[in-house]
Amino acid sequence: MADEQRLLSVQHLCTSFFTDNGEVHAVNDVSFDLDKGKILGIVGESGSGKSVTAYTVMQILADTAKVRSGHIFFRGEDLLTWPERKMRAFRGKRCSIIFQDPMTSLNPVFTIGYQLCEAIRLHTDRKGDEVKARAIEMLRLVGINDPDKRLKQYPFEHSGGMRQRVMIAMALACEPDILIADEPTTALDVTIQAQILELMQDLQKQLGMAIILVTHDLGVIAEMCDEIIVLYGGRVCERGTADEIFYNPCHEYTKGLLRSIPSVSTMYERLVPISGTPINMLNLPKGCAFCTRCDEAMQICIESVPDELVINENHKAACWCNVRDRKAKEASAE
Amino acid sequence: MSEELLRVEHLKQYFPIRSGFKTLQLKAVDDVSFTINAGETLGLVGESGCGKTTVGRSVLRLYKPTGGKVIFDGTEVTDRNIKGMRRRMQMVFQDPYSSLDPRMKVENIIGEPLDVHGLYSSKEERREKVLKLMELVGLNAEHATRYVHEFSGGQRQRIGIARALAVDPSFIVCDEAVSALDVSIQAQVINMFEDLQKQLGVAYLFIAHDLLVVQHISKRIAVMYLGHIVEVADSYELMSSPIHPYTESLLSAVPIPDPKTARNMKRIVLEGDVPSPLKMPSGCPFRTRCRYCTERCAAETPELTDRGNGHFCACWEK
Ligand SMILES: Nc1ncnc2c1ncn2[C@@H]1O[C@H](COP(=O)(O)OP(=O)(O)OP(=O)(O)O)[C@@H](O)[C@H]1O
Ligand SMILES: Nc1ncnc2c1ncn2[C@@H]1O[C@H](COP(=O)(O)OP(=O)(O)OP(=O)(O)O)[C@@H](O)[C@H]1O
Ligand SMILES: [Mg+2]
Ligand SMILES: [Mg+2]
Repeated sequence: MADEQRLLSVQHLCTSFFTDNGEVHAVNDVSFDLDKGKILGIVGESGSGKSVTAYTVMQILADTAKVRSGHIFFRGEDLLTWPERKMRAFRGKRCSIIFQDPMTSLNPVFTIGYQLCEAIRLHTDRKGDEVKARAIEMLRLVGINDPDKRLKQYPFEHSGGMRQRVMIAMALACEPDILIADEPTTALDVTIQAQILELMQDLQKQLGMAIILVTHDLGVIAEMCDEIIVLYGGRVCERGTADEIFYNPCHEYTKGLLRSIPSVSTMYERLVPISGTPINMLNLPKGCAFCTRCDEAMQICIESVPDELVINENHKAACWCNVRDRKAKEASAE
Repeated sequence: MSEELLRVEHLKQYFPIRSGFKTLQLKAVDDVSFTINAGETLGLVGESGCGKTTVGRSVLRLYKPTGGKVIFDGTEVTDRNIKGMRRRMQMVFQDPYSSLDPRMKVENIIGEPLDVHGLYSSKEERREKVLKLMELVGLNAEHATRYVHEFSGGQRQRIGIARALAVDPSFIVCDEAVSALDVSIQAQVINMFEDLQKQLGVAYLFIAHDLLVVQHISKRIAVMYLGHIVEVADSYELMSSPIHPYTESLLSAVPIPDPKTARNMKRIVLEGDVPSPLKMPSGCPFRTRCRYCTERCAAETPELTDRGNGHFCACWEK
């Protein structure tokens, strides 16, 4: 691929888990591109396939998982065809991940310093004293005071928020091309969250790092992202720039999601949650995944999966309502 | 219509911390006072580690307070009478996954407090009560015989709430009760809290990181910093015209779900670190990071003073 800017191109990705109860269709035909220095946000309900999409890119799925089809091009090469050895070099050096759950992703028997220095040694060219200096610098950057002392401590000696910051330091220390951040700040309070988000933005600007940011905090998304994809039932239901998604949502799920956020202007009103229950990924509906919870659902929504329709050059949505509205508009124009 | 239900006066909660041969006092909560009326919600916000959970736990006497008084419905809570009062004061925890026993069926999780307090005379009555509670929080009767792992995060949170409601409390401490839920489910649970308040007149102390959520559910909000309450006001007033420099910076850090506002937002980034609660600064606890700090702030601790309209703030300079 000639395009220098294009770091990652995920095409028609399908990932399933094969469980005792049957096949869990976690990711169904997801495509997206990521350019150098861009921040892509992935939002969606709990269980909609956000983490599985991220893990598939890193090839760190459970044994029961299988990529059923699709491609993941990194600088033009399909990494799904790479041997494990090449993949190992990709992880950490080219692409690192901050996990949703920091408690389980640090090894409890090694000190923070050991784990951080190991990662730096493995994934960068730094040697000797530079390694420790870099580790201290990174801890300071993520707002941990007394970094020299902290390096000698074990994970259990840190609060949840501090462990999360250590994970972030570890992921950023290697200056990856792509950072995947899966709910990086959910465990943190707003002040530290603001600090971490700012740090991520700085590094993205300075180093041209690209970020995939997975979160259900729409405030964080609004602030950070150039482009957003909205997942529902393992499918992309809508994609576009932040302004398009927030000010011109065209999928009923996205509309419902935006309606359910509390805000200062609606503080005396009742919140409007999305009714119904999340879908069963073992048994995806034949049509649009959201149709059982959608107030606008029509017969066609139950019968067939909507394609992504171009709303404008910055925006696509997969909802039959748009098709209906467009037809009505064309008819009235005639 | 509303009368005072809870009065907390000069509450102090210190934890002894062994450091070498010395024992230091960790001042998790230091001289906190507030009131909550019947059927009212007070929000409690502040940086991680500032003592929010500890306030909740000391009020319920899950810790024995180091100092101060808690007066519930006109009676001072003491070691002797807490047993009888505990029925009326409950807590809902942050983590719906770990706070419920995975080996118990839902009906027994919810029924357990009924057993403990002997609140029924027959099996049928117990069952009836459990089903009524489940209905109240929006769970189906058929869920009664299932286990916790079969439920989603939002449903588990409802089970925890039904359990807290089993003993007819008039006051519930909600500690990060909706933080783990995704936005649309969070909205369901918040609505449920509000409905229960209308139906049953429960009062809440609502602790959360997410200021937009707190602002939505609370009538008043108290802001904590390093074991102190630094500002209390009506929630709209607090969100729109904060007085304390810490509150200002806290509000400026809230991510706003609106791209244009977010792009134009100016953060007030605090310099320096939160001081250790083992080594509290003299005077105002916030002075080490405050841009308005003067000599007076280091010398004397400011008290909460009335700034009109029920807005209280503890600051010498503002
Ligand atoms: N190891 C696994 N075995 C079976 N199913 C799994 C496994 N991991 C994930 N799934 C299923 O795949 C689907 C997508 O999960 P995923 O973790 O990607 O959700 P998510 O969007 O990240 O949600 P959350 O916001 O809760 O983190 C879910 O239905 C989940 O139950
Ligand atoms: N049982 C305990 N023993 C010793 N120290 C404690 C204990 N419980 C809390 N602390 C300390 O008291 C301080 C306040 O803790 P608390 O849990 O109340 O904070 P919080 O405001 O609820 O924070 P978060 O938002 O992270 O939940 C912290 O410094 C904490 O380390
Ligand atoms: Mg996830
Ligand atoms: Mg807490």
